[in-house]
Amino acid sequence: MQTPSLELKGSSFTLSVLHINSIDLEKVAKELDSKLAIAPQFFIGAPLVVNLSSISDSSYNLAALKDLLTSRQLVIVGITAAINTLSEQAKTLGLAIIKSGKQAQSQPQLPKTTKLVKQNVRSGQQIYAKNGDLVVIGTVGNGAEVIADGSIHIYGTLRGKAMAGASGDKHAVIIAKTMEAELVSIAGQYWLTDNIQANSTTKSGCIRLDGESLTIESLPL
Amino acid sequence: MTQIIVVTSGKGGVGKTTSSAAIATGLALKGHKTVVVDFDIGLRNLDLIMGCERRVVYDFVNVINGEANLNQALIKDKRCPNLFILPASQTRDKDALTKEGVGRVLDDLAKDFEFIICDSPAGIETGAMMALYFADIAIVTTNPEVSSVRDSDRILGMLQSKSKRAEESLEPVKEFLLLTRYSPSRVTTGEMLSVEDVEEILAIPLIGVIPESQAVLKASNSGVPVIMDQESDAGKAYSDSVDRLLGEELPLRFITEEKKGFLKRIFGS
Repeated sequence: MQTPSLELKGSSFTLSVLHINSIDLEKVAKELDSKLAIAPQFFIGAPLVVNLSSISDSSYNLAALKDLLTSRQLVIVGITAAINTLSEQAKTLGLAIIKSGKQAQSQPQLPKTTKLVKQNVRSGQQIYAKNGDLVVIGTVGNGAEVIADGSIHIYGTLRGKAMAGASGDKHAVIIAKTMEAELVSIAGQYWLTDNIQANSTTKSGCIRLDGESLTIESLPL
Repeated sequence: MTQIIVVTSGKGGVGKTTSSAAIATGLALKGHKTVVVDFDIGLRNLDLIMGCERRVVYDFVNVINGEANLNQALIKDKRCPNLFILPASQTRDKDALTKEGVGRVLDDLAKDFEFIICDSPAGIETGAMMALYFADIAIVTTNPEVSSVRDSDRILGMLQSKSKRAEESLEPVKEFLLLTRYSPSRVTTGEMLSVEDVEEILAIPLIGVIPESQAVLKASNSGVPVIMDQESDAGKAYSDSVDRLLGEELPLRFITEEKKGFLKRIFGS
């Protein structure tokens, strides 16, 4: 087999981040020079990420800042936490826009929504509530499938398959007025009809994850 | 307004064609101008049940392809002046049906007829989809056993998602349950699902329960729709169903086991 001429792999590096707290370039230059004077060898050729979170002026001259740093033999690889107009400037200057790990995590999550189905779900039909709960006012027939990233509530009889927490949410639950399911699953843990019958004596049911295994309890209906 | 009624089931052998013939004849006997269309291209049976197999010259596919006009293909029933049959082709297959073609023929029929009964083939392929696509009313024929009920549930799902009314977000197709080959004695012994069981699973209004009857086979073999045999319980049950389809409210008959009389119990039947 031929070895591929390139490979794409993920790696993480520790980079120094330079926080710019003033729009006054001369002031920045002065302070930078005094810092560099302390340990010149350390900074020469060092890759830097410039944090611009304090700069809210959209007319800020990023190119001038870049020239300033380059003239001190610093290498800017990218900027972070910049306002949109500065990010645009950075793109034209060929700088990367880097999101710090923390920032990426705090990305606004899509709001959780609820999908409401007001009819019977028939054999062969499949309903998926992405990013939220699924509420069915009606019956889910044998051979039908209801799937949700969140919880599933069925105000009727569940005879088909129900899969809650489809993208891994272990707190999802499955609630049905009458539980006669072929299969129930929460975050990948599943039960077949026999398991449900073995664990339940009542018609209604709330199924949830208790640790790594499913449990069922009846509803006080 | 013409009503297009599809008689469908998903599963085969449950009595779609028998029911189509009976309901169409029943509507016609009530004075409504009715045509019954056989969608089972390649396995045409309706003409046999209706007793007009020797009069088939042109068929549904010929009309779709423009090889014949509707009047040439329609067969007038000999017993009932308001009833017409549009037979299927025996030599083609279901792919001969196209949405445009079927739509055009049904539009033409709607000019003359009050009721168009579409006798659907079994399955969920082209033929069955074409039969149910244009429907206003669906009569879901079901036997009281689990596989038939499951398949009916599937067809109900199709009606809700694949019909013209569903695609165009119009008022949904009216669905009715017709329970056929019902045997009260076998329900009592637990061998068969009861009316209540099936109603609970399918959750659509019941339009009739047709008892298992010798009269059905006899009627099929002699080419007379069983509804014409008003002596038989199946014939009577179909008449009731037709009345309910037309909006009458009637109590269900033939759903409880007939109590054998004292003498019958001693001497057998």
